[in-house]
Amino acid sequence: MLKKGDYVEIKITILNPDERAENLPEDTKRVPYEGKLRGYLLNNAEIGELVEIETPIGRIVKGILLGLVKEYEHNFGEPIRELIDVGKKIREKYLRE
Amino acid sequence: MGKVEEFLKKSSIIMKKSLAGLDYDKFEKKFISFDYNELMNSVPYNINEIIKIQREFKVGGTPLYELKNINKIIKKLSKPGYGAKILLKDEANNASGSFKARRASLSIYHAKKLGYEGVVAETSGNYGAAVASQAAQMNLKAIIVQEVFDSKWIGQPEILEKGRACEAYGAEVWQMTVGPELFYMTLLILNETGYFNASLYTPYGVRGIETLGFEIANEVREKYGKYPDYVLVTHAGGGNVTGTKRGLIEGGAKDTKVIGVSVDLRGLHMASDRDFNRKSFTTGHTGFGVPFMVKPDRTDVPRNAARPLRYIDEYFIVSQGEVFYTTILLAQIEGIERGPAGNTSLAAAIPFATQLPEDKIIVVQETEYTGAGKHPFAQLSFAKKMDVEILRGDPKDNVPGKIIVIPDDISQLRYEKIPLEEIKKSYLKNAIQNLDEITKDDLKFLKEEINELESDFVERFLFEKGVKIYG
Repeated sequence: MLKKGDYVEIKITILNPDERAENLPEDTKRVPYEGKLRGYLLNNAEIGELVEIETPIGRIVKGILLGLVKEYEHNFGEPIRELIDVGKKIREKYLRE
Repeated sequence: MGKVEEFLKKSSIIMKKSLAGLDYDKFEKKFISFDYNELMNSVPYNINEIIKIQREFKVGGTPLYELKNINKIIKKLSKPGYGAKILLKDEANNASGSFKARRASLSIYHAKKLGYEGVVAETSGNYGAAVASQAAQMNLKAIIVQEVFDSKWIGQPEILEKGRACEAYGAEVWQMTVGPELFYMTLLILNETGYFNASLYTPYGVRGIETLGFEIANEVREKYGKYPDYVLVTHAGGGNVTGTKRGLIEGGAKDTKVIGVSVDLRGLHMASDRDFNRKSFTTGHTGFGVPFMVKPDRTDVPRNAARPLRYIDEYFIVSQGEVFYTTILLAQIEGIERGPAGNTSLAAAIPFATQLPEDKIIVVQETEYTGAGKHPFAQLSFAKKMDVEILRGDPKDNVPGKIIVIPDDISQLRYEKIPLEEIKKSYLKNAIQNLDEITKDDLKFLKEEINELESDFVERFLFEKGVKIYG
């Protein structure tokens, strides 16, 4: 059970596959057009329920409750072998004093 | 007619309400032309007023650096007497970390003046953070609508970061799945909220960039006693090329050539759910660069104020691996960590400089902040997960969506010059549609649109297509 006031994420389906825009590539046409939005839960609810949230600017929006907002998943990745020594190689070849 | 197409019939009413005081109808002319200058002049601020507004909101006055180590190498790679000097305008120093703050500031300022409660912007780029940052300063609410995820909810790391930045500035952020319906979504929100449409493509957005060209013209003249010979601009939707060139002209640098540079993503479909996450660049690429030259009015406003073919002198493309290489080079030998997308034009500037006489000056006119998700390591780690191969070698072996080649050495950087003639012809073909006659005004408009005022390029094209000119 998530509580009123929790900072949560909801999913909103804007268009079902048969409602999507014309002239789309096949792979895009067969999936729904959806979005995610974050805000404060207005009432206690379970994941998967249709809920209302208040967005950071104070608007009320309805959607399916996905859960609490978790940590950001994007990061700096792993150091890429092909790039880490770019400066070292350049310095040796062109900038030796 | 589908649900989307049905709703889009209302788009002109929604746009009008969301852009109060800007009546696009009054600029329209028969059959295909409109008064572009009148549209641009409808912005009630001159360049000095725009500068003043921008400074008030932490925009502009960014440093212009000489890239000393890169320039030293360029000299070594060039034949005697050759090797132009590269200067870099460090636009990452604007509030929100990119030149997009220039683009947002005037728009948001104007929305505030008109009494709007909030602003809406459809953007997956740095513009979102720029709008959110400017709106925060001017006490307006901001809603940013982004294309972020494929249908498996895998987010493009760069856009996830841009979404985070928008949140950091207090905006409501809609993170959408792949699809051109982003425009539909934005209209739905504009319709529901009655907020201002802070589109990238209004005259406010584009005129806000003029200060960048203006600053470059003045700073280079003051420091080097002449205007720059070339300004290289990372090109996507066309606003950067348009605004920069207009600002250069306003600053007196009428002969400075503006070269647009995009990352080569040819072969990847921009609306494809699968291709979406096989791109390691989400902006500054050919997927926007070419279509926006051919059909500038494909936007969220009735007429696009960004009209790159009017202002672009040449068009270069570079590969993803070359821009990543240049980004690390900039960090490791020039000591500034930026981009990568904003370094697209720098990647072309290096090989271009080796072919120019040593007294020439090239300005690379932007940088952007880097961060989690944006950084080359983040993008390449993600690309590997999406089964894109990363190799070291000759960038010519690059295949968008399949192979990213990191150069072995700076001497392997190169650029491909795309003939503008073909793009201009595509523009004309699109503009005349199926008309068999157009007016003299239309002819003049077309000549201005593709910057062929002195030649008979347009006349020859119309003759070949059997289009008559009357009136």
